[in-house]
Amino acid sequence: MNKTIITVVGKDTVGIIAKVCTYLAENKINILDISQTIVQGYFNMMMIVDTNHMEKHFGEMADELHVLGEEIGVDIKCQKEEIFDKMHRI
Amino acid sequence: MINLFEVVETNEMITKENLDVRTITLGISLLDCIDSDLNRLNEKIYNKIYNAAKDLVNTGEEISREFGIPIVNKRISVTPIALIGGAACKTTEDFASIAKTLDRVAHEVGVNFIGGYSALVSKGMTPADELLIRSIPLALSNTERVCSSVNLGSTKTGINMDAVRLMGEIVKKTAEYTKEQDSLGCAKLVVFCNAPDDNPFMAGAFHGVTEADKIINVGVSGPGVVKTALSKVRGENFEVLCETIKKTAFKVTRVGQLVAQEASARLGVPFGIVDLSLAPTPAIGDSVADILCEIGLEYAGAPGTTAALALLNDQVKKGGVMASSYVGGLSGAFIPVSEDQGMIDAVEAGALTLEKLEAMTCVCSVGLDMIAIPGDTKDTTISGIIADEMAIGMVNQKTTAVRIIPVIGKGVGETVEFGGLLGYAPIMPVNQFSCDAFVNRGGRIPAPIHSFKN
Repeated sequence: MNKTIITVVGKDTVGIIAKVCTYLAENKINILDISQTIVQGYFNMMMIVDTNHMEKHFGEMADELHVLGEEIGVDIKCQKEEIFDKMHRI
Repeated sequence: MINLFEVVETNEMITKENLDVRTITLGISLLDCIDSDLNRLNEKIYNKIYNAAKDLVNTGEEISREFGIPIVNKRISVTPIALIGGAACKTTEDFASIAKTLDRVAHEVGVNFIGGYSALVSKGMTPADELLIRSIPLALSNTERVCSSVNLGSTKTGINMDAVRLMGEIVKKTAEYTKEQDSLGCAKLVVFCNAPDDNPFMAGAFHGVTEADKIINVGVSGPGVVKTALSKVRGENFEVLCETIKKTAFKVTRVGQLVAQEASARLGVPFGIVDLSLAPTPAIGDSVADILCEIGLEYAGAPGTTAALALLNDQVKKGGVMASSYVGGLSGAFIPVSEDQGMIDAVEAGALTLEKLEAMTCVCSVGLDMIAIPGDTKDTTISGIIADEMAIGMVNQKTTAVRIIPVIGKGVGETVEFGGLLGYAPIMPVNQFSCDAFVNRGGRIPAPIHSFKN
């Protein structure tokens, strides 16, 4: 499985999760896990997704999500899971 | 499974604390390019490097994008050119033509530096070694991306003082040949004692003859991450301090290990080593000197600096060793002056002198690095500074290096601007007493005794 971590950080507003999830569904990206908090009005979300059935390149997805983030007014990042796994697990 | 807290921690390291992979360096052996015909030699060198490295930059950028970690530099190191050019080169111009070829291929494949315009003369110089060394000023003034290094001594062989004397002249001559650019050539020239074969960092990277045909070496960085971690344990004792550095170094190095393995798999080139380094840049918050201040010093250079640096260097290695399957290169904290805003501030405040820097090099990675000195410093004085640093490396069985820049036309109190990662530096005063008679003796300093250690 190709796991990717998507992080969304920014000012809280209506429909952030809906918009991100719509994009993921349209691109056959399966959501495995979502965790989310709001600290002092700031929205902080992490999604673990499976990109195995995605037809696009990783870079393309990352760029499109970044653009989507700009439209909503949040910062969206895509990173392969290994960087976190390597750093935090022995 | 990874949790939100861990993801946020990693991403804060990257976005707020300047965590990056400093370099992916592709080592390429040129031994199979040797030819007695200079044109053919140059052609073979170009082709071998081009074919080996044409995907290096793209691969680096791809990895950077997928993991969200900046990979600042993509570079190449090659077999010391004195060995490769010996059969074909009869003049310094012949050798400089190889430097031109290296520069051309570096531009073509998009790397920002190519290292290995080098000679290994720790015991003696062949005519080719001497010719290459004498060609350095010409080679560095005619190229943009070529880096040069010369190994002048080792713990096993002692110090080649003939070569030390020659390098004093060559450093000065390189400064003069590049005086229009504030003697920038000297920023791309370093001399070593105990030079490692697998160093990924410039200016001293070369691909040693003990290495495979091609190899991937990675240098990590992250002074800002260590500093931020230490700011959370202010006032705690040394045990807590050391544990914090160790854990942080582990995390930083793991990223290097991941990038090295990915680059190796994607390029089809074996993974060599991760260099466990704390490499600063002139960017604010990316400074080794700032870590020393966080440990408890007013400025780098204050009493206690050598001890603080010794513990920092050791903990970085202890944390890093477990994070990587193979470690090597220079491994340790770098203390370049012009590339570290905290060091520059310390020099400007009068806290840090050349002599204190020399003491600091006894306990950390490398040596006197990116130090600007007055342009009228005598050749023999430069040789004396080099000899001192080589002696520290030889006796302590460690790598030491000298990369100093006599800035032609400038003196103490002025500053010099190199630009980019090389930064800027205040010109530091040099001890004015003579060492002419010492340097001019000629010959070698014998290897030190390896027993009776006290």
